[in-house]
Amino acid sequence: MRKIRSLLALLAIAALAPFPIQAQQPRHGGELVFPVPSEPPSYDGHREETFGLIHPIAPFYNTLLRVDPNDRSGTKPSPSLAESWTVSADGKTYTFKIREGVKFHDGSEMTSKDIKASYDKIIFPAAGVGSSRKGQYADVESVEAPNPTTVVFKLKHTSGSFIASLLSPYNFIYKADILAKDPHWYEKNIMGTGPFVFVEHVKGSHVVGKKNPNYWDKGKPYLDGFRAIFIRDSAAQVAAVRGERAQIQFRGFSPKDRDNLKAALGDKITVQESPWDCILMVGLNHKVKPFDDPRVRRALTLALDRYEGSKALSQIAIVKEVAGVQVPGTPFATPPAELAKVAGYWHDPEKSRAEARRLLKEAGVPDGFAFTFTNRGTPMPYEPLGVWMIDSWRKIGLNVTQKVVEPAAYFTPLRKGDTQVFMDFQCGYIVEPDLDMYKFLSSSRNPANYGFYEDPTLDALYDKQSETTNVEERKKIIREFEKRVLDEQAHYLMTLQWHRTIPHSSKLHGWTITPSHYLNNTLDTVWLSQ
Amino acid sequence: MAAAPQTLDELARAEAPRATWLSAVSDFVRQRPLGAVGAAIIVLVLVLAVTAGWVAPYDPLLNDYAAMLAAPSAGHWLGTDAFGRDVLSRIIYGSRTALTVGLGASLIGTTLGSLIGVASAYFGGRVDLVVQRVMDVFFAFPVIILALAVVAILGTGAGNVILAIATPMVPRCARVVRSSALTVREMPYVDAARASGYGHARIILRHMLPNVMAPILIMGTAFLGEAILLEASLSFLGLGVQEPTAAWGLMLRGAAVEFAETAPWMAIFPGLAISLAVFGFNLFGDSLRDALDPRLRTQ
Amino acid sequence: MGRYILKRLLAMVPTLIGVAVLIFLLLRVIPGDVVEARYLSQGSQFQSQDLMDIERAKLGLDKPLWKQFTSWMTGLARLDFGVSMWTDAPITQEIKLRFALSLQLALMASTIATLLAIPLGILAAFKQDTWVDYAVRVFSIAGLATPSFWLGSLMILAMLVVFKWVPPMVFTPLWVNPWDNLAQLIWPAMAVGYRYCAVGTRMMRSTMLEVLREDYIRTARAKGLWMKLILTRHALKNAILPVLTVISTEFAFLLGGLVVTEQVFNLNGLGMLFVEGISHRDYTLIQALVMLVATAFLTVNFVVDIAYGWIDPRIRYR
Repeated sequence: MRKIRSLLALLAIAALAPFPIQAQQPRHGGELVFPVPSEPPSYDGHREETFGLIHPIAPFYNTLLRVDPNDRSGTKPSPSLAESWTVSADGKTYTFKIREGVKFHDGSEMTSKDIKASYDKIIFPAAGVGSSRKGQYADVESVEAPNPTTVVFKLKHTSGSFIASLLSPYNFIYKADILAKDPHWYEKNIMGTGPFVFVEHVKGSHVVGKKNPNYWDKGKPYLDGFRAIFIRDSAAQVAAVRGERAQIQFRGFSPKDRDNLKAALGDKITVQESPWDCILMVGLNHKVKPFDDPRVRRALTLALDRYEGSKALSQIAIVKEVAGVQVPGTPFATPPAELAKVAGYWHDPEKSRAEARRLLKEAGVPDGFAFTFTNRGTPMPYEPLGVWMIDSWRKIGLNVTQKVVEPAAYFTPLRKGDTQVFMDFQCGYIVEPDLDMYKFLSSSRNPANYGFYEDPTLDALYDKQSETTNVEERKKIIREFEKRVLDEQAHYLMTLQWHRTIPHSSKLHGWTITPSHYLNNTLDTVWLSQ
Repeated sequence: MAAAPQTLDELARAEAPRATWLSAVSDFVRQRPLGAVGAAIIVLVLVLAVTAGWVAPYDPLLNDYAAMLAAPSAGHWLGTDAFGRDVLSRIIYGSRTALTVGLGASLIGTTLGSLIGVASAYFGGRVDLVVQRVMDVFFAFPVIILALAVVAILGTGAGNVILAIATPMVPRCARVVRSSALTVREMPYVDAARASGYGHARIILRHMLPNVMAPILIMGTAFLGEAILLEASLSFLGLGVQEPTAAWGLMLRGAAVEFAETAPWMAIFPGLAISLAVFGFNLFGDSLRDALDPRLRTQ
Repeated sequence: MGRYILKRLLAMVPTLIGVAVLIFLLLRVIPGDVVEARYLSQGSQFQSQDLMDIERAKLGLDKPLWKQFTSWMTGLARLDFGVSMWTDAPITQEIKLRFALSLQLALMASTIATLLAIPLGILAAFKQDTWVDYAVRVFSIAGLATPSFWLGSLMILAMLVVFKWVPPMVFTPLWVNPWDNLAQLIWPAMAVGYRYCAVGTRMMRSTMLEVLREDYIRTARAKGLWMKLILTRHALKNAILPVLTVISTEFAFLLGGLVVTEQVFNLNGLGMLFVEGISHRDYTLIQALVMLVATAFLTVNFVVDIAYGWIDPRIRYR
């Protein structure tokens, strides 16, 4: 009797076994393969701007702080080489406690000295050493390392976004001794503290990394290694995932690619989607008539039916969400109901167009008025957005021709003011109003404002929100800023927020999508099943 | 059965053929059927280009978001593209772009090339040597690379594309015309003209150029086909004519490639249009070459 | 003969120098430079002007033009092609990666073109003005007329839909894995070869027609095709030569000129390198590539000239 009972019990357990438990245990092992659309020109994160560096090279390094890899909004700071931090009462001193027992891949110990050296290189580069993000740390007065487990940042004045600025995935921590001997060493060499150790880089082909057995985060990484393959052509990248030769592409695929993959592989594909922290905005050259007249500018934004555009273009391009100055769904973004009050976001396209025509007439712009729209020669999504907008402007009686300029030469006419209406763009690694709204500041403050306007009211609003630490207060000020820049003055016209679609192999776990394609590429939390 | 011709008049009338244009065309069709087919295609493209406004069922620039990527149907014979624009209308209007660019580039390239070739042959000696070297330098660039470089300098857009395409054609035309012109230079009437004291320009333009029309015409028609193809290639690369203009090469890029599996009509028909047009020009040019001198070797 | 060879060799030199000067100037007339292409392409919020100046100084872009030119030319004389402005890798390395693929593709396409052109041209000549002639001419002109990128897209689409198969994306050299290598390259080779066979077919047909016009051939008209072939076999040698000339001159351009084909078939060849180099404003790379293609082109011409000069002594004394 006993035997039968235990046999039954065994059978019962065996019957239940194939049903998966809710939380799967990460499996150790396997090589992650992923295509990267562009190859990095050098290995130095402090110098480069391209995601083509982050995807294959970030796994070899750690940063001081990182964005929480499980946070979908991509805004939550989380410890990395720094275990914790405190802010002084006056808000101008940030003290970080540095983790102990972290080793570089060459076996040497990582201390605060290395963090100081790396940040000195970023914020106060020596002559002849290039740092791309120096301007972001203009507020920093000094970086100190009083003892091996402490780093202190002293700021010139308070800032609501300083921690966010430390979350940049490009701020690799290098070894101080190496930097002292040769500050350019890291351009051509890789040696960090990251979860993976550099194996090889065959130019034009691939980068291979293998698991760091002495990684400070015990138990990680789960993967045995990774292989980043450089494939420029997007169809070939999709084919790699479709042929199950690669598990994921970390930048994003088009909606059609997602549909194709789903149709071809069914459940073997998991899709993660998110609004993308990239947006194209239309700039207007305020130095050229009639774009110095806010009525004309408002007419141009009123002509764009963003809701129809969103519905239509999201099928054929990587854009989707209707957005103001912040990525929809993030803490400081204006809720849709309120956004609908801003010009260009009304839910009545007929009314908008009528108002646009009225404004044009009032401003003295004749019917059939012709102007040139300068667009950038990158097909996606510049081309479809251009077609959509030109058609929209045609509907209010404007005759627009496109002048497409190659990316390498794009900023020449913009800088020279050799434009009338042009496309500008912005991509961030983190959604933070200070970073996202910097673009709209007056030209005297931001030389990269090719609209060439001065708006002190706008600048004042920006400064006010930057210094405000109360979240609700800040939201109110940001909304005022948005209303002024997009509606009352219509200095810039937002198009549609990009939409990030990552269809990946269902065997891939531990990776959460965020709005930024620069984030979450250290690969320490990723594991492959089966 | 008519009576045999009796008088001289009847004889004369009986011998002289009825030379109407209809019989000339039917002779042409009978003797050179391929060339006739080519000519017919060319005429078709020309007619479409001129009458586009009347023939095209829709405005080629009109976006219709309710009918995006629609399959061919009664409403849209060749379907619609990614913005709901009617493919048929865009193909019809595209013939305008093709012809404008093709004719423009071919005319500029052939004219400039011929002048240089003839002048070089005429002057001979050092001038000829230098010009030949310069032409060789341009010749050593692959056609598309030269076109790309010109586009990079001048920018995109129809006008610049015409210049970009004409540039590699100049040395090729110059070389061919020069070798024909070399033989013409030895002709007695050229010597006579020189002896009569006519100026260089006059001799080149009035005496030499007309006698090398054969290779020029052949090059011209061949270049037209090449120009249309090159424009399509440049637009395909995104460096030619720009949206929202209707141009065949432009219609083949972007969404046409991406949606090729589910909406193949976007890629198939513009490609067919290009192939057909270039085919027509080449057929005609080929027959022209046969007719004018089968011994003529170009390149 | 020796003098002729020397003369032809020397004629190459001014052309090469001309090409060097032209490409050098052309590139610097084009707006934008590699620093801008690299640092202003990501849309980041902060644009660092002094970083760009540092980079420009490092690449020598701030020096006067004539200085840049002479340092490049002296490098060339030493066969030192310098480093790519975009990747900092030696240019010989960048080119070597893609050269094998482009060379193989050019050879395969030329071979296919020749294999198609010669029999088709001969056939069309023998059957002049019959439907066979028309069919051949239509076939070869269709090849000329079809845009290779469209043909390529259709081929890939057909393979995907019908066979559910996509050609390999990574290049494996022939001696490593001939099956993968050919599986990738046979399709673009066919697309390109078909296109170029038209030029060869036309040439073959006209030279063959000339041969057929000879009296001794005409009298054999009644004896049929095979008889004619046997009679013409000696003349065939001379008739084929112009065809080979035409195809070999095109061959040099196939090395760097297959820009669109490489894009459609996703081949990592010299054409793609060209386009990337131009879009990156990588001056040193483009200059080196252009010199390479021009040298190849002039070398092929040189060889052909020598061959002609050897076959027909009259040409040497022109």
